[in-house]
Amino acid sequence: MTDTLTPVLSAHWDDERAWKLSRYEATGGYRAARTALGMDQDDIISLVKDANLRGRGGAGFPTGMKWSFVPQDNPNPKYLVVNADEAEPGTCKDIPLMMASPHTLVEGIIISAFAIRSHTAFIYCRGEVLHVHRRLQQAVREAYAAGYLGKNIFGMGYDLDVIVHAGAGAYICGEETALLDSLEGRRGQPRLRPPFPAVAGLYASPTVVNNVESIASVPSIVANGKDWFTSMGTEKSSGFTLYSVSGHVKNPGQYEAPMGITMRELIELSGGMREGHELKFFTPGGSSTPILTADHLDVPLDYEGVAQAGSMLGTKALQVFDDTVSAVRTALRYVEFYKHESCGKCTPCREGTWWLVLLLMEFEQGVAKEGDVEKLLDIADNIGGRSFCALADGAVSVVTSFIRHFRSEFEQGYHTPAWELFPYEKSALFSAEGDN
Amino acid sequence: MTIDAKSSTELDRQVDLVTLTIDGTQVSVPKGTLIIRAAEMVGTNIPRFCDHPLLDPVGACRQCLVDIPDAGNGRGFPKPQPSCTMPVAEGMVVKTQVTSEMADKAQKGQLEFLLINHPLDCPICDKGGECPLQNQSLSHGTAETRYGLPKRTYPKPINVSAQILLDRERCILCARCTRFSEQISGDPFIELVERGALQQVGIYEAEPYDSYFSGNVVQICPVGALTSAAYRFQARPFDLVSTTTTCEHCAAGCELRTDHRHHQVKRRLAGENPEVNEEWNCDKGRFGFMSARADRLRHPLVREDGVLRPASWPEAIDAAVEGLQRAGRSVAVQTGGRLTVENAYGYSRFARAVLGTNNVDFRSRPQSAEEAAFLGAHVAGRDVASSVTYTDLENAEHVVLVAFEPEDETPIVFLRLRKAARDKGLKVSTIAPFISRGSKKMQATLVPAAPGEEAAALEGLELDAGTIILVGERAATLPGVLSAVAAKAEASGARFAWMPRRAGDVGALDAGCLPGLLPGGRPVSDAAARVDVATAWGVDSLPSDTGLTADEQFAALASGRLKALVVSGVEVGDLSDPAAARAGLEAADFVVSIEQRPSEITERANVVFPAALIEEQAGHFRNWESRSLDVGLVTAAPASTMTDLRILAALADALGSDLGFRTPGAAWASFSELLDWDGAKVAAPSVAAEGRADGVLLSSWRELLDDSRGNDNEVALRQTARDIVARVSPATADRLGLNGAVRVSVDGRAQELPVAITPDMVDDVVWVPMNPGSGDRLSVDPGTAVTVSAVTGGEGEEA
Repeated sequence: MTDTLTPVLSAHWDDERAWKLSRYEATGGYRAARTALGMDQDDIISLVKDANLRGRGGAGFPTGMKWSFVPQDNPNPKYLVVNADEAEPGTCKDIPLMMASPHTLVEGIIISAFAIRSHTAFIYCRGEVLHVHRRLQQAVREAYAAGYLGKNIFGMGYDLDVIVHAGAGAYICGEETALLDSLEGRRGQPRLRPPFPAVAGLYASPTVVNNVESIASVPSIVANGKDWFTSMGTEKSSGFTLYSVSGHVKNPGQYEAPMGITMRELIELSGGMREGHELKFFTPGGSSTPILTADHLDVPLDYEGVAQAGSMLGTKALQVFDDTVSAVRTALRYVEFYKHESCGKCTPCREGTWWLVLLLMEFEQGVAKEGDVEKLLDIADNIGGRSFCALADGAVSVVTSFIRHFRSEFEQGYHTPAWELFPYEKSALFSAEGDN
Repeated sequence: MTIDAKSSTELDRQVDLVTLTIDGTQVSVPKGTLIIRAAEMVGTNIPRFCDHPLLDPVGACRQCLVDIPDAGNGRGFPKPQPSCTMPVAEGMVVKTQVTSEMADKAQKGQLEFLLINHPLDCPICDKGGECPLQNQSLSHGTAETRYGLPKRTYPKPINVSAQILLDRERCILCARCTRFSEQISGDPFIELVERGALQQVGIYEAEPYDSYFSGNVVQICPVGALTSAAYRFQARPFDLVSTTTTCEHCAAGCELRTDHRHHQVKRRLAGENPEVNEEWNCDKGRFGFMSARADRLRHPLVREDGVLRPASWPEAIDAAVEGLQRAGRSVAVQTGGRLTVENAYGYSRFARAVLGTNNVDFRSRPQSAEEAAFLGAHVAGRDVASSVTYTDLENAEHVVLVAFEPEDETPIVFLRLRKAARDKGLKVSTIAPFISRGSKKMQATLVPAAPGEEAAALEGLELDAGTIILVGERAATLPGVLSAVAAKAEASGARFAWMPRRAGDVGALDAGCLPGLLPGGRPVSDAAARVDVATAWGVDSLPSDTGLTADEQFAALASGRLKALVVSGVEVGDLSDPAAARAGLEAADFVVSIEQRPSEITERANVVFPAALIEEQAGHFRNWESRSLDVGLVTAAPASTMTDLRILAALADALGSDLGFRTPGAAWASFSELLDWDGAKVAAPSVAAEGRADGVLLSSWRELLDDSRGNDNEVALRQTARDIVARVSPATADRLGLNGAVRVSVDGRAQELPVAITPDMVDDVVWVPMNPGSGDRLSVDPGTAVTVSAVTGGEGEEA
């Protein structure tokens, strides 16, 4: 069973004080960075391109290609911004990574910033996770003290400053342009594109925004080569990645595996479903991705496989729900999140998520009216693809995918409260009595 | 032939056209045009809220979604796209709500979203009847709501300033107001706060929305969320009658739309004149129209036994004629800044052809002989083609401000300079003792100069043909500055413009309301010019003597050399030396006052004629560009008043003479005939600068909003004036021990006010605002040495 897993990023997470520079170096840390600083920058970009490392933040855009969009003839400084604003319901991979092995990220930043000719990098860390923020700061401080950041890194003539920045609690700041506005000290709201960040991002200068896991994967590619990387995963989705399994399984957690593993394998790895219960549905990549059901247990969890199944790989956050769970209640909780996190800039997201929540509450209470399912779908249709950024599309995915798979449960909302159909205490994982 | 070739290549160079198809119709538009505006070219109005042609696109409301099956590259967008943020592309195919079901449904969906939390209070909403949300709901929305759930509510309304009120329930969060305040006026004191459905326009704690341009946000608000204290609940839009006119408050020349009901002006909106004010105006121009509401003069007054009493028009005219005949040619005429060109022209002709005197002056403010010569040589008789224009300012490379604060003194010039600085990288330099708030907003560079040092500072600048120098009317009291401006321009190839403060000044100048100038900039001293005008006016000859300026007139009245004065629109407090003016008025044998409201002068007059208000007459103003702008007749004057022109015509008749016209139309026709003059102009002045005086020097200008009488009865407007402070440099404050309140005094007059220690200010200068109505005004010209001392203890509180 352990053969399925390919721990690279998570290889040393359970080592004693794995987050210290000394421990990291003892396991080969910062060797790749030294190698990279001796390379031609374009060769690093080509390496990452050839390895086909795709963005681990959800969209799966090839990282190396993103780097190559940075116009090197632009006289402004170039910036690398690491998106560590992990806040999607279900998604929990970057935070443990930064907690357990922050130097993997720092090393990745050195290589990536060098490749795009940047001398200033920012880590935009979700503000609520103060312990992670502190750990990052400590790691950066250690790296400066060791001469791995700052002037003349490793004595190899390259200068790089890394700034750890705490967000102030807005999910929208995970959207890259909102993140940049927030980093500049403004309200976090998405920007009009074009211009794209690669051309005019932070302080109107060329900027690459990458996810934590993407950047953290770079040192291993430099160390082991593209063939090693592409030997894992599937044809179009190479490499290993962190799958975060949570919910009604026996051993929830991070499972680092090659791209293309299936939900069936992951449930087995995590000890199977709760005793006496069946899988009802799961999210393949966090709450924004349309749910899948037991019919999709054998879908390869890579970008193409999940897309073919009508969803998105997203952040590979697999929230697993068993047969005790009300689809209506889950949809409402998810949409409440989007309503709460809507930045308010555009009409469909601001007003649409407000309306969806009020309507879904009626479904939950069993007081929805005949035809309200169609109304929900129509409202969702007026939101989806009409909003300024993709945040509202997440709310729309919830509504449309839950209705697609569990329409009858919604129709029962015309007369019966969800808690009568699915007593809520039955799906609780942690109850006072421990009788789950 | 050559001309055609030239213009066509110029056209090609300037306009790169892009051809696209909108709803099946091919249209070519300039490259960079947004789809929403290209659609207007084929006659399709795409509904919109956040879009505004003068603001940066934001794409927030999503109302203007259209279907783009081909973006010009053969590929289309699967989802509808906002037409307000996307520029056209060659070969693009756009389907609006007219031809695309997807676009139509997307638009209806957004309107439904906007309405779910919008109160249905249209019948009691100020915007009802002229509301884009209401209109577009009717034209593009669905008839019935599917919502039926509780709406979001807020306490309402809340003040964001004394003038501007915000109803957050009505707000659709289009960000027009916040973008205006940030992008156009540069006063970002309102901003969107909170998030999601609770997002709202807000201010920072107790800091109000502090802007001279705040009324514009009410006008561009597409719903009734922003209202003004001045107009709130005053009228229904459909009961109002609108007239296009021109603002009378300064020389900017803003087009206005004045709305009246029941013969009373209810509100004024910024009109659309792309070459002048674009679509904006300032709060003084928008809200300042009630000054005569409480106390206007409604009938003539005649002094009898030392007391003014109401009189009939014939009686008052007889009394005036008798007094004027007694004075003979020992008579003078003064006209203030409020007059239309036609009225000013009437006074000019009345003085010279009826009374037979050259004693006529429009400058009811500090003045100088250097200024009169400068105006005669460089300003009078110009037209808009030969003048510097707003467009020139926008396209200039460098603008130098001399004794001129655009934000306070000509606010729309400020907006245009700020626009050019923001969009085109215009460099602005200001020769001043410190960087004002307005200068900061234009990113201006300070060329530090104490009063008196302006000419030297200007001389030190490297200017070229891409430079425009704007010199304020305040330069009149700074010897050598006006001469230096003309000389510097001559030497460097730069252009320059004179910036008067008042709407009537350029018109009065061109109408011949300066002692030495006949209409059209003709020198009185030029015999041919006198013959020219005399012929046009049908009189035998015109007086050739050197007339008296306003200041000289008061002195001559005091000495008995002059007997009578005909005066209109002059405030004694505005004059350089009010005490001398009062002495002159006191000594005068006979004063005829033609006025709208009681003033110090009507109180002293022997005969008072009630004049029509600006909204009660047609005519023209000539703004600082020498551009003629229409003044529209908004509402008829009460039968008991007359226009200045009509009063003068009646007086001329009764004097056995003839003014030659009695309607604005006839006066304008006569004036227009005299505008062309290709003879010699008045010789340009060449006055040497004196440099700065010793001591702590006074620097001062009028802030836009102060206690001037033109703002009377405007409670909220007055409250939005800036705090009155005295400014000194840190070193001067240190040297004089200034902190807290200070006393600025000269010649026994004193003003006490809080001190604002201003970094980077020139040392040994104190700046105080010039507030004409205030009783403790210093009444000395800027550049004068004053005494500045700290106010201690109780004295400060008294002030």
